[in-house]
Amino acid sequence: MSAVIKVEKLSKAYQLGDFGTGTISRDLERFWARLRGKEDPFLKIGEINDRSTKGTTGVVWSLNDINFEIEQGDAVGIIGRNGAGKSTLLKILSRVTSPTTGSLKMRGRIASLLEVGTGFHPELTGRENIYLNGAILGMRKAEIKRKFDEIVDFSGVERYIDTPVKRYSSGMYVRLAFAVAAHLESEILIIDEVLAVGDAEFQKKCLGKMGQVSKGEGRTVLFVSHNMAAVKTLCNKGIVLANGQLVYQNKQLEAVSFYQTNNNTKSSFEHHGDLDSAPGNENIRVLKFVIRSLEGESISISTGLSFDLTFFNQKAGINLDATFELKNSDEIPVFHNGTLISTNNDSKTGIYTVKGIIPPHLLNAGNYAFKLIFGENQRYLLFGADDFIGFEVENESEGSNSFLAPGVIHPKINFTVNYQV
Amino acid sequence: MSNTVNEKWDLEINAKSSLFDLKLKELWHYRDLLILLVRRDFVSFYKQTILGPVWFFVQPVVTIAFYTIVFGGLAGIPVDGLPKALFYLAGTIVWNYFSDCLIKTSTVFKDNAAMLGKVYFPRLIMPVSIVLSNLVRFAVQLLLFVVLYLIFLAKGEHIAPNYFALLLPLLILMIASLGLGLGMIISAITTKYRDIAFLVTFGVPLLMYATTVVYPLSVVQTQHAQYAWIIKANPITAVIETFRFGFLGKGTFSWQLLGYSALSTALILVAGTVIFNKVEKAFVDTV
Repeated sequence: MSAVIKVEKLSKAYQLGDFGTGTISRDLERFWARLRGKEDPFLKIGEINDRSTKGTTGVVWSLNDINFEIEQGDAVGIIGRNGAGKSTLLKILSRVTSPTTGSLKMRGRIASLLEVGTGFHPELTGRENIYLNGAILGMRKAEIKRKFDEIVDFSGVERYIDTPVKRYSSGMYVRLAFAVAAHLESEILIIDEVLAVGDAEFQKKCLGKMGQVSKGEGRTVLFVSHNMAAVKTLCNKGIVLANGQLVYQNKQLEAVSFYQTNNNTKSSFEHHGDLDSAPGNENIRVLKFVIRSLEGESISISTGLSFDLTFFNQKAGINLDATFELKNSDEIPVFHNGTLISTNNDSKTGIYTVKGIIPPHLLNAGNYAFKLIFGENQRYLLFGADDFIGFEVENESEGSNSFLAPGVIHPKINFTVNYQV
Repeated sequence: MSNTVNEKWDLEINAKSSLFDLKLKELWHYRDLLILLVRRDFVSFYKQTILGPVWFFVQPVVTIAFYTIVFGGLAGIPVDGLPKALFYLAGTIVWNYFSDCLIKTSTVFKDNAAMLGKVYFPRLIMPVSIVLSNLVRFAVQLLLFVVLYLIFLAKGEHIAPNYFALLLPLLILMIASLGLGLGMIISAITTKYRDIAFLVTFGVPLLMYATTVVYPLSVVQTQHAQYAWIIKANPITAVIETFRFGFLGKGTFSWQLLGYSALSTALILVAGTVIFNKVEKAFVDTV
């Protein structure tokens, strides 16, 4: 197989802050430097792009020295946290903006879908917009005409096709827009999280269509998403970006788990220091949350685990409760269980501990995250924290089988086998 | 692996590229988009109106009515002895075409930032589509001019077209190029700093008074000779004067003036295209 996309030393810098009177002198300085054939004085200092820390220059490197190749027929998932540079990379690949340094080479026709319905005009009818949107995405008129019925059929809005799209429901709008894009004939398809819209049925249809695109027709697909389940089903390769740098590139499952373990590294939390700086609010301060294996050091399917929560309650005289919600890496809730801490409006100010045990042979292998919810009268939210802590349940072999079994849970089932002649 | 395969790529994007790489082949591939955009502008203009395309006529008709009252009546500016309505209409439709092209093109990046930030197509399509959709409006207004022309002719006015009317395609091309070229230069300048955009909003209507829209060049030359060079330096003057001379038989025509106008228009168009092409690659980051 040959490479259809080759990215070499690709970097992209953005200028931070507002543009105004203050920035013109800097622009003139850069212009003067370039005129003399010198390097841009403001792009010299390469910093790692970390959103939460204050930088020393006004320039941020959204992408920093990215190198990779993609082969024909690959479906590549690009994953990373918010601000990791995923969208910037897609923007450069789809030629919306140009790189600051480095180069990019591609073979074949490229269609990019950074947004559905780009260029839809609200006053025009569905029919007119199909043509317009198709042309914007690079289709010739004859091509759209040939596929028109198929597009309308896929979108399922046939009845409204001669109505201006401003009268469409948002779901219909998205359906029509995706239908146009899905019928693009291109060798390379670039998609950015457009599946976050539309109802479940339509999402499934889109995923199916995209799967068909990459597997059936030998097209190359680049897909950005936070939906790990979608990445897993669609892609065969993965690229992980963090702070503008490429940190991992390999098969999709490994990339996904690399990303997920790096995302939830903390598996225990203990607060040191004064109470007011602990996570929480004026009602609750979380002091400690520890997850331990019931057997040995590591947590696996057969060990089970315990979780220990210590918190400081500042709301006396109420009915207090604490709830734990566990989600797996596909964001599917595994359970949502809680316990009452006080029942007769007699909660006290002070430290409480709650301990829970998840028995062995319940959770499947994978990464999990706990969400904490503190409530009053099982009704009012006192404090809640998403993804408070993460942990991994390791896989273990059963007999000769060592692969990861699908499923949210992996219980021990008492099978009985009978044989009859 | 891929290293052994021939290194032939369909597309190469580098941080730096040639100034004169206009990607005209790609532009040609997107010609259907151009047509559809023109159609969109035309259709969406009169959607949900009762009169529909008739609105294309209303603006010039009301404008020349006011000009006739204010400039022809109150100010009493002579109009080379032509019917006032025709004189003003000739100037107005040409001027409108120019100013519509200029104003719309100069904000093309800002107006379409949402779309241009999400999908790639040759950016030059946008300004060209603006010029073409305004050309449709111009054609409709030209029709109005022809109707009015025939009415005055039937009334026995002394208006006679001559061979110079055949220059019309050239005049249209010049006006379009001038609006496009200037608009692209301004759009490129305003992607990062919007200052010039303010100048355009009040400057373009004022520029009309430095063009022979509401007065003929002959009046300036005879009564205010010291300002005549300013009016002549304006490339649109030659176009309007030639248009009037060709269709109405009166006006100031000189090949030198038209030649100067054509040359400066060509220069502005080339400069505009090159600057636009340079800016379009990364305007998304600053607009």
